[in-house]
Amino acid sequence: MIGAAPAFVPVPRLGAGGEGSSKVEEEKKMNKINTMLAAFAVGLLSSTAAFAGEVRIMWYSDGVEGEVLQDLLGRFMKDNPGINVILDNVSYSVVREQLPVQLEAGAGPDIARVTNLKALSPHWLDLRPLVADAAYWDENFGGQADWMRPDGSNQISGFMTQITLAGGFANKTLFEQAGVAIPSKEATWDDWAKAAKQVAESQQVPFAMALDRSGHRLTGPNVSYGANYIGADGKPAPLDDGAKAFIGKFVGWVADGTMSKDVWVSAAGSTYRAGADDFINGQLAYYYSGSWQVPNFSTKIGSNFDWVATASPCGTVNCTGMPGGAGLVAIKYTKNPQEVAKVMDYLAREDVVKEFSERTLFLPAHKGLVAKGLEFKTDDAQAKAALNTFVAATAGLSDVAQKLPGWFWSDAYYGALVTRVSQAAAGELTLEEAFSRIDADVAAKVKDSGL
Amino acid sequence: MTIDGSGKTGPRVGEIAMAPVRFAMGLVDAPLRKLQKVAGLGGMATFFLLPNMLIFGIFVLLPFFINFAYSMTGGSALFLSDRSFVGVDQYARLFDCSNYLDPNSCAEDTFWTAVGNTGWFVVLQVTLMIAFSLVTALILNRDLKARSFWRAMFFFPVLLSPVVVGLIWKWILQRQGLLNFGLYGFGFDPYAWLNDRTWSFAAAVAVSIWAHMGFYTLILLAGLQAIPKDLYEAAEMDGTRSMRVFMRITLPLLMPNLLVVIVLVLIRAVQIFDEVYVLTGGGPGTSTLFLTQYIYETGFATQLRNPGLAAAASILMGVVLVVLTLVQLGLGRSSDKNGGRK
Repeated sequence: MIGAAPAFVPVPRLGAGGEGSSKVEEEKKMNKINTMLAAFAVGLLSSTAAFAGEVRIMWYSDGVEGEVLQDLLGRFMKDNPGINVILDNVSYSVVREQLPVQLEAGAGPDIARVTNLKALSPHWLDLRPLVADAAYWDENFGGQADWMRPDGSNQISGFMTQITLAGGFANKTLFEQAGVAIPSKEATWDDWAKAAKQVAESQQVPFAMALDRSGHRLTGPNVSYGANYIGADGKPAPLDDGAKAFIGKFVGWVADGTMSKDVWVSAAGSTYRAGADDFINGQLAYYYSGSWQVPNFSTKIGSNFDWVATASPCGTVNCTGMPGGAGLVAIKYTKNPQEVAKVMDYLAREDVVKEFSERTLFLPAHKGLVAKGLEFKTDDAQAKAALNTFVAATAGLSDVAQKLPGWFWSDAYYGALVTRVSQAAAGELTLEEAFSRIDADVAAKVKDSGL
Repeated sequence: MTIDGSGKTGPRVGEIAMAPVRFAMGLVDAPLRKLQKVAGLGGMATFFLLPNMLIFGIFVLLPFFINFAYSMTGGSALFLSDRSFVGVDQYARLFDCSNYLDPNSCAEDTFWTAVGNTGWFVVLQVTLMIAFSLVTALILNRDLKARSFWRAMFFFPVLLSPVVVGLIWKWILQRQGLLNFGLYGFGFDPYAWLNDRTWSFAAAVAVSIWAHMGFYTLILLAGLQAIPKDLYEAAEMDGTRSMRVFMRITLPLLMPNLLVVIVLVLIRAVQIFDEVYVLTGGGPGTSTLFLTQYIYETGFATQLRNPGLAAAASILMGVVLVVLTLVQLGLGRSSDKNGGRK
């Protein structure tokens, strides 16, 4: 209770003298305060100035590309002391799940490495008026510019740090030990399943095949069997017979143990799971993933066993894989667009892209560089052969496969595919139930979006 | 002046130490006295409660109302101002079901799968958690050798982060994990525990009990130690059987602690997410998909998110938690009326 509180006696100020000396003291005190305030203001201004030249990059890595980029940025900052580039290394799930929420809130980094390029394109900054030479960008990165800008615009949002192509890898040592010939490049998915199963049984590895838990990965084979997700109006079409044909085979392979259950069955929702670790550990005869795994396998498999990249197995219509890749895009909520453009101009330079690609073993998107060719910095003959296989496979891409990366609804479709196919693989849904759920989920997404 | 009654004179240490406090109190004393004159004694109580009320309002009530507002809107936009008002459509979508016991007959089948899984999880986890915590507390209350060590052992998992708990058990239970390694050593075939619907659900329950049991054991142990020893001595003198002692003395006198534990375990079980998300990711299929994961994935982790649907589901979950809390309060009151020990 306040009323019962003890009355506190004010303590006289130490050193207080007479009236005159008190005034002098007061002036001295005021001077001191003013000096401190001025120093504080200078400090504040100088720290604000530091923020003014700051560029944050949200980056994820599959291999060594984070280290390579840090090295390249170090050189950039040496030449541009007024710009401080901070590389925030995060996991891929952060880019997939947290970045979109940050962008919706009008926040986030200044630059980000993303794979969900089209659906998030309203958040990208138009670099056209900011870059030094827009014609250079159009000439060299124009092929994929549509993947990362709103439909109908000529915006320069960024560039692809790598072009990827989904495809398979075979454990050559296991095939040889089993005495099974590696199927030819015209081989179908059925041929591969049969051969891989023979190898797995002979060599007693847990699973014959694995395919990443990803809608993008499942889509290549679907398209090979004639699937097309894009309706006549540009909106998602119901699942067609082509997609149903491969999904039916795939679920059957999971059920009979040909396909790894660890990858597809062991999670709910649209969570991404890769089967790379099982392949690296020699637990798989055949693994369907993509070209981005080449540096990973080169580093981690080393001389443990021999492996080869295969193109995508064939379906009834074609033998396509899915193109894709990761793009480096500028975010429109940046406070420092000029500095961001400078960083992007530097990273898009031909010599920088060349060094980045050669050191990371990534396939570049830079048209001029692709024409001149690269010398990948590796002594690993298997990795070089694998990269050549993927480069050659780009010639066999179907039209549908090439359209999907720039289609707004791709990710919504992929999410529904993963969620429902994994439920069918786990035995929770029949195939027919899974198909109708995929259609319903995609329709609900379209309705929810209000587009 | 003396400081210890020894007759020595000198400055009082306590007085010097308190000088800054007295100075600070002196600064606030005058304005508070003025405020009291204006607001009166009752008003001063409100004044002192205001900081807490503000924190509660900003961090609990305001988010609740914002969440409720989100549940009445549609679209994937983040800001309320960019979202369209859809009334109770999101709730209607959640309840659009021809048979609530068959999730496949519902528009939002994964929501009802998550509700069913959470229901089973609550029944199993709460029952087993109470049983194991009680038995452990009873054992630890006895004169054991190295009793403090055993108490620490049971409490240790509580100190671990849920993500660490999930990872530890994943390394043990996965196909190439420690358990299969051990089984293989004894000549058994490895088994993919986390790919089996029944085993993965059992693992989720068991891991959750392992991780949190120590905390509830501690609460029950405190309750056991507060029961007067003379009651047990009297029962022993009367030659009462130990089961009767437990049913007639221990259990009734432990009931207030037990009620607290039941409610805490219930609430925690309904909210289960982190360790299971790391352990199983909700799989295989959707067999360990619980309500909180459904809300998280619907609102944040799927392509073209639906924050409105996630908000509606979280409001429904909040209602369940409020009902559980009210039941606990009711049980607590009736226990008090029936002469339960406070």
